[in-house]
Amino acid sequence: MIEARGLTKDYGDKRAVDGLTFSVRPGVVTGFLGPNGSGKSTTMRLILGLDAPTDGNVTVNGKRYRDHEAPLHEVGSLLEARSVHTGRSAYNHLLSLAQTHGISRTRVDELIDLVGLREVAKQRAGKFSLGMGQRLGIAAALLGDPSTVMLDEPVNGLDPEGIHWMRSLLKGLAAEGRTVFVSSHLMSEMSLTADHLIVIGRGRKIADTSTSEFLSAASGNVVRLRSPQADELRRLLVAPDVTVDVIEPGYLEVHGLTAVQIGDVAAANRIALHELTPRQASLEEAFMDLTREEIEFKAAELEPEKAVA
Amino acid sequence: MSTSASVQRLPRAAHIGRVTQLRVVLSEWTKLHSLRSTRWSLFAGIFLTIAFPILFAALTSSHWGTMSAHERADRHPLDIALAGVNVSQLAIAVLGVLVITGEYSTGMIRATFTAVPKRLPVLWAKTAVFGVVSFLLMLPPVLIAFFASQAILSRHHILQISFSHPGVARSVIGGAVYLMLVGIFALGIGAIVRNTAGGIATFAAIFFVIPPLMNILPTSWNNAISQYLPSEAGRQIFSLTHGAHSLAPWPGGLLFVGYCALTLAIAAVLLVRRDT
Repeated sequence: MIEARGLTKDYGDKRAVDGLTFSVRPGVVTGFLGPNGSGKSTTMRLILGLDAPTDGNVTVNGKRYRDHEAPLHEVGSLLEARSVHTGRSAYNHLLSLAQTHGISRTRVDELIDLVGLREVAKQRAGKFSLGMGQRLGIAAALLGDPSTVMLDEPVNGLDPEGIHWMRSLLKGLAAEGRTVFVSSHLMSEMSLTADHLIVIGRGRKIADTSTSEFLSAASGNVVRLRSPQADELRRLLVAPDVTVDVIEPGYLEVHGLTAVQIGDVAAANRIALHELTPRQASLEEAFMDLTREEIEFKAAELEPEKAVA
Repeated sequence: MSTSASVQRLPRAAHIGRVTQLRVVLSEWTKLHSLRSTRWSLFAGIFLTIAFPILFAALTSSHWGTMSAHERADRHPLDIALAGVNVSQLAIAVLGVLVITGEYSTGMIRATFTAVPKRLPVLWAKTAVFGVVSFLLMLPPVLIAFFASQAILSRHHILQISFSHPGVARSVIGGAVYLMLVGIFALGIGAIVRNTAGGIATFAAIFFVIPPLMNILPTSWNNAISQYLPSEAGRQIFSLTHGAHSLAPWPGGLLFVGYCALTLAIAAVLLVRRDT
């Protein structure tokens, strides 16, 4: 269980996280979604106490992370930035972390097997590929049998097999009743793993909802239709809150009406329909819609900098 | 969201304890000995501590016949025996800086502070582990350097000095104590600066750049100030003779310990306050 209240972080005069209030519940996978640079990694560092908040606070299982006696047993974390000494072997890296909590060598071996790094465990971590580095990070995160698992962009650098492995791992962890909090800038990835979504842009919370609700709310009513009397139908459908785009002659996209409403209008006016397809926006599109404002903001900010250069 | 058929299970951990200072010490010991840079720096420290006295003793012995009386009087057997300490201090200092800055440059510090979010136990553990290791590994070399250089100089009666002569044992063992303290001082600098190049440069400035600059000052100022510099105060620990403008071994040594404590205290305050 993670609870943030008014969490705010400034770096110089830039506000990276802006009054975030949310809670992450156990037993489900919660996706933490936002474009690059929206404050996801900063929020996670604040949760772990690596950075101190400018304002607000965040607790894990009722206490500040720092105040727990066995922090690795409370939260297992994987940060986006590499957190491994390149000169140390994977085994010794995990052992050094395990020893701070009196965790046995047997457990270290168990995790090395779980993430599939047995053959390279004695090699220096600096030689690892991105995917192997992620697996090592996962092993470190799970070392303490944590009740909360927090992963920043965990599928980054994983191959398809690794991505599949990661998805089933996350679901398994949630099924065991753990709190699973996973960030990503990829909506499609979240749609496959997350049950709940917290969406942020420019450090502010934009949405906090179940994945399915997020999808249906964001897609709105978009219906595509094909008709030999498209022009006539178009005139009948247009209303103040309904827009009709002509994609090609005889092929329309209607915003603001359901397929049922359109079908009824067509039937009442004896207009033939050759196709009537409600379109569900992909999560990617929904995400883009929601964060567009934030991104445009950013693009506008970039202009003066370019001019200076 | 459908649940995948092949769900990974995380095995339950048999035992997870709370974070204690002793456990952090054990972790830091693992970290220290599992890096190649540690082995190389310590090997360099050991080698330089022994090699220079043997080299200087051999040179002194072979040139003894051609030396003037004045030149001969200038030779001191303990200066020769502990000549290596002045060189190996750089290897130990570099390692002291690296013990902490290596974690910042690789990002390991995030893993470290996630495991030990109270942070200070990490600084104390690093200091203790590195201090003990550097003292234990530098003690045999200074003893070897003393007895080996004495053996090489055995033909020259006035260059013979007994280990039991007042101050000799203190100076020789003091060489290892000094190296340990230099390492701890450098570790503190590293924790403050958090950058390998910056840490080594800061250490070099304090130990190798500022002291010669003092010679530009009016002599009275130089005499008054220089003896209190970390390097000068620390040097008294392994010096047999002490000039009019240098501290005695104990005050000098304690002042150097004070500098180490001050550096670590500043590091501790910053460590807790700063973002990682």
